[in-house]
Amino acid sequence: MADKETQQPEELPVVFLHRPPSFILPFGDHLRSQFHVLDPYESPEPYDSFLARHAPSIRALMTMGPTLVSAEFLDRLPALELIVATSAGLDHIDLPACRSRGIVVTNASSAFAEDVADCAVGLLIDVLRRISAADRFVRGRMWPVKETYPLGFKLGGKRVGIVGLGSIGSEVAKRLSAFGCTIAYTSRNKKQSVPFPFYANVRDLAANSDVLVLCCALTKETYHLVNKDVMVALGKEGVIINVGRGSLINEKELVQCLVGGEIGGAGLDVYENEPNVPKELFGLDNVVLSPHSAGGTPEGFEAVLQLTVGNLKAFFSNKPLVSVVSNE
Amino acid sequence: MESIGVLMACPMNSYLEQQLENRFKLFRFWTVPDKSSFLASHKDSIQAVVGNAFAGADAKLIEALPKLEIVSSFSVGLDKIDLATCKEKGIRVTNTPDVLTEDVADLAIGLMLAVLRKLCESDRFVRSGKWKRGQYVLTTKFTGKRVGIIGLGRIGMAIATRAEAFSCPISYYSRTEKPEIKYKYYPSVVELAANCDILVVACALTTETHHIINREVIDALGPKGVLINIGRGPHVDEPELVSALVEHRLGGAGLDVFEHEPEVPEELFGLDNVVLLPHVGSGTVETRQAMADLVIGNLEAHFLKKPLLTPVV
Repeated sequence: MADKETQQPEELPVVFLHRPPSFILPFGDHLRSQFHVLDPYESPEPYDSFLARHAPSIRALMTMGPTLVSAEFLDRLPALELIVATSAGLDHIDLPACRSRGIVVTNASSAFAEDVADCAVGLLIDVLRRISAADRFVRGRMWPVKETYPLGFKLGGKRVGIVGLGSIGSEVAKRLSAFGCTIAYTSRNKKQSVPFPFYANVRDLAANSDVLVLCCALTKETYHLVNKDVMVALGKEGVIINVGRGSLINEKELVQCLVGGEIGGAGLDVYENEPNVPKELFGLDNVVLSPHSAGGTPEGFEAVLQLTVGNLKAFFSNKPLVSVVSNE
Repeated sequence: MESIGVLMACPMNSYLEQQLENRFKLFRFWTVPDKSSFLASHKDSIQAVVGNAFAGADAKLIEALPKLEIVSSFSVGLDKIDLATCKEKGIRVTNTPDVLTEDVADLAIGLMLAVLRKLCESDRFVRSGKWKRGQYVLTTKFTGKRVGIIGLGRIGMAIATRAEAFSCPISYYSRTEKPEIKYKYYPSVVELAANCDILVVACALTTETHHIINREVIDALGPKGVLINIGRGPHVDEPELVSALVEHRLGGAGLDVFEHEPEVPEELFGLDNVVLLPHVGSGTVETRQAMADLVIGNLEAHFLKKPLLTPVV
């Protein structure tokens, strides 16, 4: 260890940091002790010349936040072999371009899985039992005036359909099973090792569920996966929880369905045009809104750091990567 | 059974009211302007009273109804029913146990998640448009937190099985250790509080458990600890809790019950580390229907001379 600390940064493996200018790296020091971090926003040199000068040495890139990794950007990094994403979703990365270049991509969904699943369950209980609305009722001094608060709905016995049974979806299933919910799912492929019923499409899943929990990746195939047709199939008492990405749902139709009573409620952590949230939702008591914060705990970030560093170290020592995304 | 008079003590549930109306001769006591003349004229036909946690059958009402055979309560607690008088007169009493266990346990976990992950605060943040002006704060992870349960009865056990699905280590306090249970036992509430991150009150309210959450317990739980109360308001020394929250000596609280409901201490309204609910532990459509079905099932069993479903007396 002592040797490592005395190493000059230039002797450490090079990692290019791809981040929005405003993004503050929560664990920069830890990374810098192990890698030679190239951060264009820390250099006085203009971005383009910085990138061009270092490109031949950049084999590994780390993305922070939703910064785009487009095919054009990848063209400027001819030596790139690895992209380490610190997010669960990879919709900001041009995966087909990575595939054709043979660039391997890792994500951090396993590090976020527990926190995001906790948030999904929290949002669901909140919607069904009207927790945020009831808190508003008490703080608004309505309890002594109205005396009784409207009844909520029981979680136990609800049929929960999980869209995307990856690391996050599996954690959601495990938690909700303990509440007496029955679980079913849809995903690209049926999973042999899973005991839950599989539906080939989200509409059939919705028709057989009281609750839909969205925790799949946003891809061309899953864009607007949940539309009015799916919501009508879910039904007037149905609840949608979205901890995936905003564009998994046709937001305009979601708002119409909520306002028109076509579905019973929603718990949303993500939106189509963040941080803009449709203001029609602000007056509704059957929705719970959170600001894309499902993964936002210090413990979660620590887990992301461990996973990210683990992937980078494995890459530079030619060992198997920890969280490779299958990019077929 | 249409000729059997059933007196409903107060409004409690529209489904129950409708079902009673369909089966019995239903009297709505709260709509009666002159109670004593009403009782005098119907005393020979009323054979059953349906009560709840707010109105039941006291000694005076029981005396006024000589034909009363059964009091079927739409509640678990029976503090509004004079059980001694019922026993003495051979009047049967039933309640609605078990059916609300899951709801209360679900709400306890919901409160834990809402406090740790700041769900209500985040909902306020989005609705007020603050998101456009900056990022939301980081919140606290729930999975893996040490959960301490006071009172490991049905509700306490249901909370434990749910929290286990979040990989939370469980410990508990109760009057006596339960040797068949694998969870860690602490012989005092203070020791339990000192060894958990989230302390949840799930015991019955008795003279021994009145103010079971006092200053000493709150201090043991500490500035990162979270208190959840889904029991009864008087379990907690409320002024002590309020000052601990205001002075940041306690990390947060999720409260469904209060000492002087519906009054809630004003000081709590400005805090973002508390979640405040209007006593909705069993407040779900499904559970109220199950409770109503039990009330009716008990009445029907009684008048058909079958064994009662959930007898107390």
